[in-house]
Amino acid sequence: MASATPSMRKLLNDPEHVVRDSLAGLAVAHGDILKVDLAAQIVVRADAPRQGKVALVSGGGAGHEPMHGGFVGLGMLDAACPGAVFTSPVPDQMLAATTAVDGGAGVVHIVKNYTGDVMNFKLAAEDAADEGIAVESVLIDDDVAVQDSLYTAGRRGVGATVLAEKLAGAAAERGDDVAAVATIARRVNSRARSFGVALSSCIPPGSGTPIFDLPAGEMEVGIGIHGEPGRRREPLGTAREIAAEMVEAVISDLAPADGAELLVFTNAMGGTPLLELYVLHGEIERELTERGLRPARRLVGPFITSLEMAGASLTVLELDDELTALWDAPVNTAALRWGA
Amino acid sequence: MSATVSVNAWMDEAAAAITADADRLTQLDSAIGDGDHGLNLTRGFKAVVEALATGSDGLAPGRRLILAGKTLVSTVGGASGPLWGTALRRAGRSVGDAEALDGPALADALDAALAGVIELGSAEVGDKTMVDALTPAVAALRGAVEAGQPLADAIAAAAEAAAEGARSTIPLQARKGRASYLGERSIGHEDPGAASTVLLITALGRALED
Repeated sequence: MASATPSMRKLLNDPEHVVRDSLAGLAVAHGDILKVDLAAQIVVRADAPRQGKVALVSGGGAGHEPMHGGFVGLGMLDAACPGAVFTSPVPDQMLAATTAVDGGAGVVHIVKNYTGDVMNFKLAAEDAADEGIAVESVLIDDDVAVQDSLYTAGRRGVGATVLAEKLAGAAAERGDDVAAVATIARRVNSRARSFGVALSSCIPPGSGTPIFDLPAGEMEVGIGIHGEPGRRREPLGTAREIAAEMVEAVISDLAPADGAELLVFTNAMGGTPLLELYVLHGEIERELTERGLRPARRLVGPFITSLEMAGASLTVLELDDELTALWDAPVNTAALRWGA
Repeated sequence: MSATVSVNAWMDEAAAAITADADRLTQLDSAIGDGDHGLNLTRGFKAVVEALATGSDGLAPGRRLILAGKTLVSTVGGASGPLWGTALRRAGRSVGDAEALDGPALADALDAALAGVIELGSAEVGDKTMVDALTPAVAALRGAVEAGQPLADAIAAAAEAAAEGARSTIPLQARKGRASYLGERSIGHEDPGAASTVLLITALGRALED
């Protein structure tokens, strides 16, 4: 079958088994937090099912690590189902995950608005209903680069997914019922906006070739997280110029209240080093503060990636006291840990 | 006795055609999607061929189509898995327990498949999707069958209509799926889902038995 091309610089045994092999490694690295069912291709919290607690399940194509498997654990997801690289998982995985974590209080599916994810989760929710498990689905669609109209598949679900998983996970942990947990996730989605730029393409391990050509000195503006090209191409600006463009795109759409407290999530796409990401984050905070807004919580790092793509995305969430408390609540996952 | 379609032969031929054209499908998908259409369908139809080889003895054609559809849903992921899986399952349910897939049964089955795809994906003709190839193919097959043409000719007409439908997606701006995020940049590229639809419809012509 497919083999690595000579030019591919990836740590692989066999491109065809990259997801399975990665899950096996995740399991041995974080056995105290999670367990992996390799046959079903799902990641499940080590102590699942938690009786009486609403369970959170998410999933999507692989290639965005640590999302979603790295967010399985106390205070966040109960299970994650990774598909093939950049390909939605199948309903069988989602149903297996849902069944494995259902503690009798219902299950919330957090679904990024990508056509494949939406269809597969829809089929899975129907299957779960057949088995008597109440599933609430929450759709995340926060990417302002896509105009939400009849002429597109709607806004993509990107950075707000990480925040919704954390905040709804905290709500489930404190004992909210299934409707309340879903309401928190929807509130996060309605108050969060994202925008991303790419400085290089990513290289899916299956094909071994970049998805698009991006000459040095140029950037794709308004990218998603699957290596799809953005809406336009521009000369590569300085971090300050890019921060200004990102903040303008996000804030003009979110239209937060004057002086609003914000959670600022500056995300690396996988190939951008933290050295540069902090340059960008500093400029983003300066830009936000100049607009009279108040960054109150931060998340900076590679949390929703596109393989080795260089670039970054900004997600801004307008906080309120409850969302802030849920953000500060304990979390213990492979990728996010505090307070636990 | 008039000609009929063998479901197992159809899926064998479809798998072979998709495997042979996987690189082209992937190239089309790289232009306006994420470059995995060829890989994903190759994986799915390979699983379908295996499922039918081991699990279709004694099954009527409709049951075989349902098995093929379920296998696609369970193995492909993305959007093409649910869409083609739903298409084949609906086709199978339309055929029911009929003993053979003759011209009228095939026309009904493809009608049901198209309806299932439209229901799940909410796409219309002109959105730059597989519906642009499947819709004219279904109409051409139905017209030829009702005109009393031999099934081989009807399938050939359907395949030609599918190919024309796929070509018609080139100047369109995508309104569904990942390609829609590109806006005007999706213009000038053939839709990969429409291209793979041509392969599946054309494969019917190599699956006829008397």
